[in-house]
Amino acid sequence: MRTGFTTSPAQQAARISGNGLVWLVTGLFVLNVLALIAAVVVNSFATRWLGTWLPDGFTPRWYSSAWTEFQLDSVLIVTVEVVLAVVAVSLLVGVPAAYAMARRDFRYKRVVLLLFVLPLLVPPMTYGIPLATVLYRLHLAGTISGVILANLVPAVPFVVLVMTPFVEQIDPRLEAAARVFGAGTLRLFVHVLVPLLLPGILAAGLLVLVRTIAMFELTFLTAGPDSQTLVVALYYTVFAAGVRAGQSVDAMAVIYMATTLVWLLIALRFVNPIQLVTRVKQ
Amino acid sequence: MTARTSLGPEAKLVDRTVLLVVPGVCLVLMLFLYPFLYGLALSFTGHEGFGLGNYARFFSTPFQSQTIATTLWISLPATLVNVGLALPIAFVTRQHRLQRILTTILVVPMTLGTVLIAEGLLIYLGPQGWLNRFLLITHLAASPVHLTHNYWGVFLSLVVSGFPFAYLLLLSYLTGIDPALPQAAATLGASAWRQFIHIYLPLLIPGLAIVFCLSFVQAFSVFPSAVLLGTPAGPTRVISIAAYQAAFEDYDYPMASAIAIIMAGAQLLVVMLVLTSRVLFYRGPSGGAKG
Repeated sequence: MRTGFTTSPAQQAARISGNGLVWLVTGLFVLNVLALIAAVVVNSFATRWLGTWLPDGFTPRWYSSAWTEFQLDSVLIVTVEVVLAVVAVSLLVGVPAAYAMARRDFRYKRVVLLLFVLPLLVPPMTYGIPLATVLYRLHLAGTISGVILANLVPAVPFVVLVMTPFVEQIDPRLEAAARVFGAGTLRLFVHVLVPLLLPGILAAGLLVLVRTIAMFELTFLTAGPDSQTLVVALYYTVFAAGVRAGQSVDAMAVIYMATTLVWLLIALRFVNPIQLVTRVKQ
Repeated sequence: MTARTSLGPEAKLVDRTVLLVVPGVCLVLMLFLYPFLYGLALSFTGHEGFGLGNYARFFSTPFQSQTIATTLWISLPATLVNVGLALPIAFVTRQHRLQRILTTILVVPMTLGTVLIAEGLLIYLGPQGWLNRFLLITHLAASPVHLTHNYWGVFLSLVVSGFPFAYLLLLSYLTGIDPALPQAAATLGASAWRQFIHIYLPLLIPGLAIVFCLSFVQAFSVFPSAVLLGTPAGPTRVISIAAYQAAFEDYDYPMASAIAIIMAGAQLLVVMLVLTSRVLFYRGPSGGAKG
């Protein structure tokens, strides 16, 4: 930046102290976020932690007790089932839709775009309650299928909006060439588009995965005792924490954190973090 | 933009490609729009038959109707703090070499979700937590500060989960502003502060309005942290708790739907207010010719 070749020293000093203040606030925020994560991790390994900076001793035993106490094996199986189904269906439905949105202009395209944007803008709590009501009427609430259906609501639009710019980056002449040689839409997808779109599909799939693992509200509203995912099970254990040792609740929280973090770090290799929220890049 | 010029004559082909959007649209219609309309219709039914009975009951019961004020009292300050912090931080860090690391660190609390943040804050801010111990030994506080199971716990959890979101959105708006504009101003001798006030800020107003709305909508529907970190029976009984209790504790689905509709309506009202006041400011392209 070639700024301020006419600014006075006083202005420069003011700017530097202003920047310093901003960095101080940033540092404080990051420090507190790291501390709150560290507090959970430290407590999950603590033997006894009362009124001191660090616990008296460290032990891994809370992990095994949390595993049996909260039946984490069955919760994890449900979580994997739900997440994989949501990722698979949302990619299968979302990628073709993104292709059509990127390549074609059609009547009511703006209405369709609005339909895809709305579920991402309206918070899950607002539409989750009517959705849960409908699912209860259909006897789908409390089942794994119901949880999967509910989680598809934000996942499919998310895939459409993430994938549309990826499709737009591909040279349309490649598709035209494939068409000239007689490829139908299916073969066009399998042999031309999917290989070219693979980085985008991977990124979208990983982000849906992370978002579904962390999706609390929709799963909470639609899940029954046998269809809880990890985050909902975690909520119930924190909610009823008085009965159990705090450390085993935190051991569960760390297991949850680890499952999300691994996938998040993989996802961040493929996408710029800014894309996590902006979704549509022009 | 589209390949239609090269494929133009084959109108049938074009139609078939457009059909690819149908499964996605059906899914959103069935699982999003239909439940919403069903909930809307359901909210008008009740013991007294078709009508506004549920809405009248909500607004005439202070225990229920005051949840709107309670939720606004938490979500509006939290949104203001989030956007207010995010703007200068995004501005200062937008071209910094630490920006990528910072954004990565900030993404983590966003994707960990509200439940984990609530559990972490319960330990970290608790009476025996690290923060209180630090405040006590540095004599910044005479006795432990109560930050959990009250208003501040919920407020802070909204900042932890909401600030990264506001920051990342604003950062992408800021980096989308044509760098030639502030450079031109700098050539004419404008300081960084004047560039910010006269160039960045006016161009950012539309983006700021969107960021404010999105942050507010998220904060307004706060649920798990209001239960875990607040006092869900009293000062932090937010509107989503009222809706949840109506649906899953009283099994009064029409009432629950009515509360969900009121919640959506209140959010929409604030969003409309913000977006209409935006018209008072500059409207036009902020990106310039990119790429």
